Amino acid sequence: MHNFNYHRASDVAGAAALLKDVDDGKLLAGGMTLLPTLKNRLAAPSDLIDLAGVSDLKGISIEGDEVVIRAMTPHAVVAASHEVATAIPALAALAGGIGDPAVRHRGTIGGSVANADPAADYPAAIVGLNATVVTNQRSIAADDFFLGLFETALRPGEIITSVRFKNPSRAHYLKFRHPASGYAVVGIMVAQYASGVRVAVTGAGPSVFRVSAMEAALDKSFTPKSIADIAVSADQLMGDIHCSAEYRAHIVKVYARRAVEALTA
Amino acid sequence: MGEFGIGQPVRRKEDTRLLRGRGQFTDDINLDGQAWAAFVRSPHANALFSSIDATAALSMPGVVAVITGEDLAAAGVGLLLNDAAYKNRDGAPMHKPPREVLPRRQARFVGECLAIVVAETAAMARDAAEAVEVDYEPLPAVANGARALEPDAPRVWPEFGTNAVVHWEYGDAAKVETLLAGAHKRVAVDLVNNRLAPSPMEPRAASAEYDAATGSLTVYTPSQGGRRLQGNLARLLSLPVDKTRIVSRDTGGGFGVRSKMFPETVAVAFAAKTLGRPVKWRGDRFETFVSDYHGRDQVNHAEMGFDADGRIIAMKLDTMVNVGAYLSENGLRLPMEGGGRIIPCVYHVPEFYFSVKPTFTNTVCTDTYRGAGRPEANYITERLMDKAAEALGLPRDEIRRRNFIREDQMPYKTHLGFTIDSGDFDGTMKMAMDGADWNGFPARRAESLKRGKHRGIGLSVFIEGAGSRPVEGMRIRFEENGDISVIAGTYSHGQGHETVYSQLVHEFLGVDFERVKLINGDTANSPKMSNGTFGSRSSMVGGMGIKQASEVILVKARKIAAHLLQAEAERVTFAEGVFKANASSITIEEVAKAARDPRRLPEGMTPGLDEEVTFENDVENFPNGAHVVELEIDPETGIIELLNYVAVDDCGVVLNPFIVHGQVYGGVVQGVGQTLTEDVVYDASGQLLTASYMDYGMPRAAHMSHIEAHFNVVPCKTNGLGVKGAGEAGACGAPPAIVSAAINALWDYGVRHIDMPLTPEKVWRAIEDAKSQKAA
Repeated sequence: MHNFNYHRASDVAGAAALLKDVDDGKLLAGGMTLLPTLKNRLAAPSDLIDLAGVSDLKGISIEGDEVVIRAMTPHAVVAASHEVATAIPALAALAGGIGDPAVRHRGTIGGSVANADPAADYPAAIVGLNATVVTNQRSIAADDFFLGLFETALRPGEIITSVRFKNPSRAHYLKFRHPASGYAVVGIMVAQYASGVRVAVTGAGPSVFRVSAMEAALDKSFTPKSIADIAVSADQLMGDIHCSAEYRAHIVKVYARRAVEALTA
Repeated sequence: MGEFGIGQPVRRKEDTRLLRGRGQFTDDINLDGQAWAAFVRSPHANALFSSIDATAALSMPGVVAVITGEDLAAAGVGLLLNDAAYKNRDGAPMHKPPREVLPRRQARFVGECLAIVVAETAAMARDAAEAVEVDYEPLPAVANGARALEPDAPRVWPEFGTNAVVHWEYGDAAKVETLLAGAHKRVAVDLVNNRLAPSPMEPRAASAEYDAATGSLTVYTPSQGGRRLQGNLARLLSLPVDKTRIVSRDTGGGFGVRSKMFPETVAVAFAAKTLGRPVKWRGDRFETFVSDYHGRDQVNHAEMGFDADGRIIAMKLDTMVNVGAYLSENGLRLPMEGGGRIIPCVYHVPEFYFSVKPTFTNTVCTDTYRGAGRPEANYITERLMDKAAEALGLPRDEIRRRNFIREDQMPYKTHLGFTIDSGDFDGTMKMAMDGADWNGFPARRAESLKRGKHRGIGLSVFIEGAGSRPVEGMRIRFEENGDISVIAGTYSHGQGHETVYSQLVHEFLGVDFERVKLINGDTANSPKMSNGTFGSRSSMVGGMGIKQASEVILVKARKIAAHLLQAEAERVTFAEGVFKANASSITIEEVAKAARDPRRLPEGMTPGLDEEVTFENDVENFPNGAHVVELEIDPETGIIELLNYVAVDDCGVVLNPFIVHGQVYGGVVQGVGQTLTEDVVYDASGQLLTASYMDYGMPRAAHMSHIEAHFNVVPCKTNGLGVKGAGEAGACGAPPAIVSAAINALWDYGVRHIDMPLTPEKVWRAIEDAKSQKAA
């Protein structure tokens, strides 16, 4: 680990001001990716601005037809939340399946979403559950938020304050775990809304994506059969020594059908 | 003898210390005034260099020194050891490259140490190591062992003109070929024994301290017993052996890889000696992946011929073993002279031809890893047996039964020079099949199919050679506080010796189990004749040492007791630690106390009851077993789920079933890892792709099923305890049993083999390929 200056922010405005002032600052929002990166000397920020002490970035609330999770809420809290489990059980299940217990108690939704790891679980929830990412500057719609591999619409100095999930009529999340890391090789969120079905896939591509052919088919008929033969192309997907792009494409097809099976059984 | 004697499931004494965080591992040791080391490692798999420029590094804050291979050479530091001397059939010697501790002109694998940087803190040392400039001239590299044997492959050692170390052969190739050609059935397999990262929980570390006043060096490091490291290090640094001390207090897993002398240890010791202050190095997990020796990495082609009755008439085996860029201490030997010489395992094979081509590649060396040649050997014979069952139309158990070495053939001399004293292979197989309800399988298969899953059952019968280099010293000492110390050259690094040795001393000398203490892991006090702990040897060599020392002690103690009780020695009885004659009695502890005082001894007797013996045997022992696995495969994803695992092991007389069960579970899990998840992958340019647990698939609890472990106790006939080794059985039994079960599950598709590791994608592709072949 290289040397850096550590700051503990007490509010979002203060964190934003610090971020502006320092040379090469990074926000610390749990640090489940950032800290291993620093330990492996793969990054050398001049300053870390820890958001753990910002009290108004914590908590969960139900506001109308939305579940609002503030940015520094750890995964374990989301997983154990009665409100979340009642409103969107798939979201609680997704949070409860991230990493291991240590990660779930340290990692936060804001940190995960801002990092935009292609194999993280939360992006499937953000896009699948048609969430709005709220920052200290604006609100960003799910479909506009993730731009690519570790790339989001966040501007320099912009800090996520909460995520607002739209409550679906039903939703299910299924994950195929990477044989080594346990991250999602394929994580698929199928959610049904009055406005239409959303199918979001994390893990398989460089960034979370929706499968519009499946959404259209499920809009017509919400049955496993209606999407059983809809394949996604392997061309844009990622591959590694454990799971090729072709295999990932196959798993997207199988797990999408199984998610619908789970919802219609 | 009661609840603490031989055969009792005594709970591990050492766990009260280890599980409470009171262990003392190398990184827990900090020496006054220590500096920290970091290594400059090659990022290239093959590269020439002419200079290592440390100017910038030396100007950084806190940097004490940068030491390169030139410095070591100038100080006369020797070459790392390999004493193998194999020959080709035509008499030509093997190719044997010199291995410098820090090479001076060429790096031959990614992660190879080129310089050691010493600084006031670990972070400063790392920063400075990054600032050391090496003028690399990258060369083409080869990482795959089979590829290395192709004529156009880059040469790891161009001066040899080939990457083949040697072509070693056993048997008559022409005769075996004739027998195979004329056989009623001839079967063949092509197999990969995948390369594995041993992955002890504790990364490698070393701390060294040199006392100029006495000229003595002390090195703290995880190990499997220090004596061999001590001799090696003394030679490399031109120090007297008795001025070179290796200390391992606790070690977080050995698995074979912790028994070796690595360049880092030598460099840290040299730095401490040269700089005159203690130097500490704590490797991280990345360094452990790139620089710890790996295991396995064989490619095998094997054939067997059978007569019409299903009996083996001949076998041939071609093995390629990837030894890495250099010759490590034992890697080269594993197939033919190491554990692998147990092949053809539990079967009587009248004629055998065996060809081994060890191969240099631009990778870190391979060497011993739990099983060390035996898992590979058993995997080969068991895959052949499954093939033969199919070819001959016999059940998998029946083809094995017809070919087992029978008890009436024992002692049975194997082709490569083992003599198997005992084993009930058919009985052990039957226990495993009964334990797994083998006959009830079809109903369970049908039930799985209703859920869309393919269920399979698999079987392996295996054997090992355990207790290699069977010579080991052992000392028993009676302390003034009433403790009885066992001072051993074997070294417990997870095996529970403190518990088992205490049971033995309690059994033989009748002393309180709790008063027995184990002293090991320090060459300053361990017996001079010692090899350490590896190859499942400590139950025999350590156990027998305690037995023999106890016997000598009792002979003397009885004479002293008779003298003190004023009775004839023949009339003195001994039971549960107490000598009795008539109505008088005296405990062995009291005898030990009296033995220190010449005035209380029979005239002319040497004072003291402490004893040191050197146990020696001229044979190893042969643990064996049969494992049955049941699993389900999801045909849409290829995911394998283990459902049931029955392990029946014959490890002779069981000293502590609780501890041996632990050995079985651990070995099975490592075997499951090899079979389902683990694979060291280098890309074609020699970059290691699996250098963290994000990419290297360690088995997890979720990969396992319940393991039911049973024993078929067939006492070993060649040691006085009747013990056979227990440490490596699981790693031998699991791979062939699981692959057999997976193939059984996919039988109806026409799938007949999948190379390890059986990852979901490989299984899925095997199914898809078989389906499209059928359609075509």
